[in-house]
Amino acid sequence: MDGAHDLGGMHGFGAIAPDPNEPRFHHPWERRAFAVTLACGMLGRWNIDMARFAREDTDPQIYLNSTYYEHWLRGLRRLLVERGLVSAAELESGEAAGPGPVPAVPASRVPTLLTQRRLARRPANAPPRYRPGDAVRVRNLHPRGHTRMPRYVRGHVGVIERDHGVFVFPDSHATGAGEAPQRCYAVRFTAQTLWGPDAPAADRVLVDLWDDYLEAA
Amino acid sequence: MGTHDHDHHGHHHDHDHDEQRWSEVELRVKALESLLVDKGLVDPAALDLLIETYETKVGPRNGAHVVAKAWSDPGFKARLLENASAAIAELGYIGRQGEDMVVLENTDRVRNMVVCTLCSCYPWPVLGLPPVWYKSAPYRARAVREPRAVLAEFGTAVTEDVEVRVWDSTAELRYLVLPQRPPGTEGMDEAALARLVTRDSMIGVGEPLRPGEA
Repeated sequence: MDGAHDLGGMHGFGAIAPDPNEPRFHHPWERRAFAVTLACGMLGRWNIDMARFAREDTDPQIYLNSTYYEHWLRGLRRLLVERGLVSAAELESGEAAGPGPVPAVPASRVPTLLTQRRLARRPANAPPRYRPGDAVRVRNLHPRGHTRMPRYVRGHVGVIERDHGVFVFPDSHATGAGEAPQRCYAVRFTAQTLWGPDAPAADRVLVDLWDDYLEAA
Repeated sequence: MGTHDHDHHGHHHDHDHDEQRWSEVELRVKALESLLVDKGLVDPAALDLLIETYETKVGPRNGAHVVAKAWSDPGFKARLLENASAAIAELGYIGRQGEDMVVLENTDRVRNMVVCTLCSCYPWPVLGLPPVWYKSAPYRARAVREPRAVLAEFGTAVTEDVEVRVWDSTAELRYLVLPQRPPGTEGMDEAALARLVTRDSMIGVGEPLRPGEA
């Protein structure tokens, strides 16, 4: 979706202002929001692409005025209801009408779950359409759903830098329509292609893009 | 807290407004957590363990170990550049948000820097949870468009002849920058080298410390 989360290249946000003494969490509630989100994710009722879409699919004004863990909370509340773990009425009242449909992940299983590799990589299912060095154009697609094709590369020509292999396709995975595994490549763009002649001639931007986002150039 | 909130949010708010906002959010989070516990969907001990893990165990010291080993062990460095996930797993750093790692080597001619313009993808097993600035709109908007200005804000000057390569983590690959070993570190062992490796140097916005700065 063309949402406020798709920030690459926007003007006007000002300085970055890193805090050298930044704590890991800024408020006690951030710890709890972080942990509750991870623990609910471990119930297996949604995947990472659904979670990303639940966070980004909102009013741009809300998105831009939320902190990181506010995004997580908003996404979690939506997923809990959409994926049938909690009813909207329970969320509203805070009162449980009954037990959830699945048991909690016990603390004893957390260490294993955290170190388990949850690969989005899939076995190669077809020869690659493009090879390193090939020129490709990013298709001019603007799906309303989840996509990992940032706006700032659409329509532009780049060069395949590396073939990462076959990965779950987020646009499909986010809707529950299936993994639709396909090649993902790092595509290299010159900064001048993306940002015009004033950009430094030496600079490059590399973006990971799937087969369905690309066409031969 | 007021200072943090300004940095945290990237805008200026008055202190009372922030306090009110966070106390409301805190109540909502508490209500949600107790609802989930009441429904048997989360185990409170699991929540505590998750927090403890990412607050005290998983952090950029892991990545510093990887970098220092690459600086001092050419065989490891070759494996790291060839198959980063396997090489990093040799040191025991595995797990979520680090499943498919790619290591980017800085040289005299090439300087790499990592961003996630669409959300906040970051290699947790080697760097821990991302700092607020990495997740903030200014960094996500500007890193791909004016990386040299961003680098300058981090105190890093890059000459015109150096190629700046900005990697936007739009897929499930997670990137770690291998910074150049600082001069004057000949003869330093791996543990001493690791103390020079900063988180920001592994995101690609900063430099490692020089001997004597650590």
